[in-house]
Amino acid sequence: MITKEINAIFTIAFRDLIKLLRDRARVLSGFVFPFLFIGILGSSLNATIGENLGFNFLTFIFTGVFAQALFQSSAAGVISLVQDRENDFSQELFISPISRYSIILGKIFGETLVAYVAGFGVLIFGFIIGVPLTLTQIAFLIPAGLAACFLGGAFGILVLSNISSQRTVAQIFPFVLFPQIFLSGVFNPLIGFLLFFRGLRRSLTRLIWSVALTMPRVLFFPR
Amino acid sequence: MPPIIEVKNLVKRYRKSKINAVDDISFSVGEGEFFALLGPNGAGKTTTISILNTTLIKTSGQARLCGFDIEKQAGEVRQRIGVIFQNPSLDRNLTAEENVRFHASLYGLYPFRPIFSLMSNSYKEKVFELAELMGIRQEIFQPIITFSGGMKRKLEIIRGLMHNPRVLFLDEPTTGLDPASRRNVWEYLQNVRRKESTTIFLTTHYLEEAESADHIAIINKGKLISYGTPEEIKKDLKIQTPTLEEAYLEIIKNHDN
Repeated sequence: MITKEINAIFTIAFRDLIKLLRDRARVLSGFVFPFLFIGILGSSLNATIGENLGFNFLTFIFTGVFAQALFQSSAAGVISLVQDRENDFSQELFISPISRYSIILGKIFGETLVAYVAGFGVLIFGFIIGVPLTLTQIAFLIPAGLAACFLGGAFGILVLSNISSQRTVAQIFPFVLFPQIFLSGVFNPLIGFLLFFRGLRRSLTRLIWSVALTMPRVLFFPR
Repeated sequence: MPPIIEVKNLVKRYRKSKINAVDDISFSVGEGEFFALLGPNGAGKTTTISILNTTLIKTSGQARLCGFDIEKQAGEVRQRIGVIFQNPSLDRNLTAEENVRFHASLYGLYPFRPIFSLMSNSYKEKVFELAELMGIRQEIFQPIITFSGGMKRKLEIIRGLMHNPRVLFLDEPTTGLDPASRRNVWEYLQNVRRKESTTIFLTTHYLEEAESADHIAIINKGKLISYGTPEEIKKDLKIQTPTLEEAYLEIIKNHDN
């Protein structure tokens, strides 16, 4: 029973990886994204503000962009179930004799693999532009990245449960994503927030964690 | 022998709707039977099939498949059914074989392997055998986007039969196919039915496809208005020796009036 569910999770996950490897534009965007944010924004902030304050903005933005790339990629991937629904492929998933939770776990796991491809792009670019990283720090990036992917997947489920078409996803996604970027401090240190934004950040974090924390029970109650 | 599908007083009302899409219907289908559910657009055929294949929740009533309750034992039901949907449900990003492999792994038939050559020999043989039978052996490693409508249908049938389902639901399976492809698909399906005793549950607008059914149910506005063998359906009508199509049209007209 458990073996069958694990087999299904791997199957669903690998499908996402195949889809990524066949989508050249998506692979390319995984490398362009860090170039824009770390290369242009990070280096200019470092040169204009960071050096005067003695603060390494390049390293700061690198870690933020790394987590953001993983979070965004896994969220977008889970939301792509909308596309499966519109293409009628979701019917194939939903008549299969596996737990509905396995479908979601497979999707999150698959998009985590996909997100690590984007994360790898960020890492390579970081090395190229000389972000100082030790081996220990890189090792710590792996579990931190997994947490970002897991939260991204949970965030994706939140969005997915409230929208029904790809068009709506395209319109709404930036509005739900950008608050995440700024409130999580990808580009800016988390100090000096107005009370309202502090509350908003706390609520969003709680909401996403509450979705994420319901996931482990899947392993014990698969159906 | 107990029926393989048993439906009692089945009702489905969609949210915000004031009428029942399926309105208190009851019927049963015997094992190995060829059963056809006919009706005009919006009659409730797809709703009924969707309830029976566990993708839609009923409002009330009972439905059992292979002795399993379709809601309480949905996993057991899904393991025993194959579905060919009205619209192809293939992944266009994958090749034909990858679609089949994906299905086989989801159903736990074979451990998943990322490439075809790593799959077991029995899987490879089965894929080639089915592809050969359906006439798409040469194209089995091609991407779905290069496939015609007929080839996609054939591939869906290969995929739907991989796990040897006890019941095969066919929701307008030959829509959009040319006559040669339709004949080819039906020859194969009837062959499978004979060899494996697979029960076929069909909905279609091509009434000649239902002529050879063991039993036919006609549904209109959610209600079951006629049930029996094709001969039983045709008799008791005012028309002399009607075709199934004439009988069907007469029954629908009488019900609408």
